[in-house]
Amino acid sequence: MKIVVCVKYVPDAQADRRFDDADHTVDRGGTDGILSELDEYAVEEALQIADADQDSTVTVLTVGPGQATDALRKALQMGATDAVHVLDDALHGSDALATSLVLAKALQKLEFDLVLFGMASTDGGMSVVPAMVAERLGLPQVTFAGSLTVEGDAVRIERDGDSSTEVVESSLPAVVSVTDQINDPRYPSFKGIMAAKKKPVQTWSLADVGVDPSDVGLAAAWSTVDAVTARPPRQKGQIVADEGDGGRKLVEFLATAKLV
Amino acid sequence: MSQILVLVDHVEGSVRKTTFELLTMARRLGDPAAVFVGRGWDAAAPALGEYGAEKAYVVPAEDADDYLVVPKVEALQAAVEAAGGAGGVGAVLVASSSEGKEIAGRLAVRLGSGVITDAVDIEPGDDAGVETTQAAFAGGYAVKAHVTRGIPVITVKPNSATPEAGPAQPEVETLDVAFSDAARKARIVERKPKAKTSRPDLSEALIVVSGGRGTNGDFGPVEAFADVLGAAVGASRAAVDAGWYPHSNQVGQTGKQVSPQLYVAAGISGAIQHRAGMQTSKTIVAINKDPEAPIFELADFGVVGDLFAVLPQATEEAAKRKG
Repeated sequence: MKIVVCVKYVPDAQADRRFDDADHTVDRGGTDGILSELDEYAVEEALQIADADQDSTVTVLTVGPGQATDALRKALQMGATDAVHVLDDALHGSDALATSLVLAKALQKLEFDLVLFGMASTDGGMSVVPAMVAERLGLPQVTFAGSLTVEGDAVRIERDGDSSTEVVESSLPAVVSVTDQINDPRYPSFKGIMAAKKKPVQTWSLADVGVDPSDVGLAAAWSTVDAVTARPPRQKGQIVADEGDGGRKLVEFLATAKLV
Repeated sequence: MSQILVLVDHVEGSVRKTTFELLTMARRLGDPAAVFVGRGWDAAAPALGEYGAEKAYVVPAEDADDYLVVPKVEALQAAVEAAGGAGGVGAVLVASSSEGKEIAGRLAVRLGSGVITDAVDIEPGDDAGVETTQAAFAGGYAVKAHVTRGIPVITVKPNSATPEAGPAQPEVETLDVAFSDAARKARIVERKPKAKTSRPDLSEALIVVSGGRGTNGDFGPVEAFADVLGAAVGASRAAVDAGWYPHSNQVGQTGKQVSPQLYVAAGISGAIQHRAGMQTSKTIVAINKDPEAPIFELADFGVVGDLFAVLPQATEEAAKRKG
């Protein structure tokens, strides 16, 4: 089985994340970046499927700036077979729709049985790209999988709904996203780190995947940001030490704010 | 005036509050039109009229709930066409649940339209457009944006507006939508029901009381305080990972994102992961033993103390005031 895991290079949430002043895009150059933590679960799930089936391969795919290779490298260190990086200056400022177009075109070129995503990126966090990619490829999507099993040419997943746990079956090929409940991602071993240095990373331009540069990037975005304002930090509230009356004081505060 | 399509979020005709919020917001932009998919239209109709639906597109497909996402996309697509396409539809509004965002994403691709997710406010923009406001980076930034191409598809977070009645008599148009093969490929084969609680739904509750590591696994005081306030119960990732509370109650980046009127965090330190899920709450109250806990930076009111002492006293006091 051929599995492709789509991953994203994101600013480290522990660092000071910000927007670029000039064009309101996420500043991905000025802060340290990492493989989006939530994508590690998708890489791990793919590796577990491949571990159980020697004929499987795991390709990691990303669309992003030059440093995004770091995210691919991390996935290769964990054990992925090879990697593809769609890299093109025209991509700067691409929105979710454009990103999904590039991913879909690259996936068509790669061919696959199963596409895996993390449940969300840790920066944009829209959680819409898997659905958009599935739509563009005319494929079913099964998102937020808390468990996944491959049975022949179908997948079976469980997802955590509000009133019930849903069991969903889908034919393959399919697009699946997985949650942070599904597994515990492995740490790269020393052997894995050494092996990753020799693993192939292909770099594709937009022309390589057959996307017109005028369909992507900031100018082609189908929505535009008019203003970004840093919220004033919340006003420091009133903090009291409990001296045996903390609960009463709390309720007094709520009563004054008309919340009880 | 153009129609503002609102996808009705319902279970067998029992309409969720977020739909009334969307209908209320839709009235600012144009004529609200409800799009109803599945069973239970007769039960839903009066409430949708009460909150201002001038028009209703009904897709009474019996099996819509057996499949994920795509049938609702195809129903919305049919409603957009019935309403006159780009000339007749000012925007499509969907609740910002995980399913809602996927519906919006797929619909935007189909319509060739721009999409904005997780809006916390919408207002009329220039040239009959729609101006949205979102929170970014765990609420640290406010972003104003608008869709520049096609019919704006927008998902709106729960509790972004207070539902206001504005009675209308919806003109009903039943649409016969034949779902595509693609819509039927991912099928829900089983639903394992969870234990029902009498507490409100976490995503749309006006008050949420959450517990974290500091509960040491005992959510009793958290639940008691929640019940006296009529609140939903949430949990931090630490509490969920420890197996103390179900994942469906997790508040944070990988759980539910909530923005209630009041959020009470008990025994939660306030890691960025958690803040991403609750930072847009209107009023935040924190109880924690550690005076240095980052949650106090967000709190409008904080008590440095043991939740096992503070919460029971607060529960008693709140019960007394309620009489």
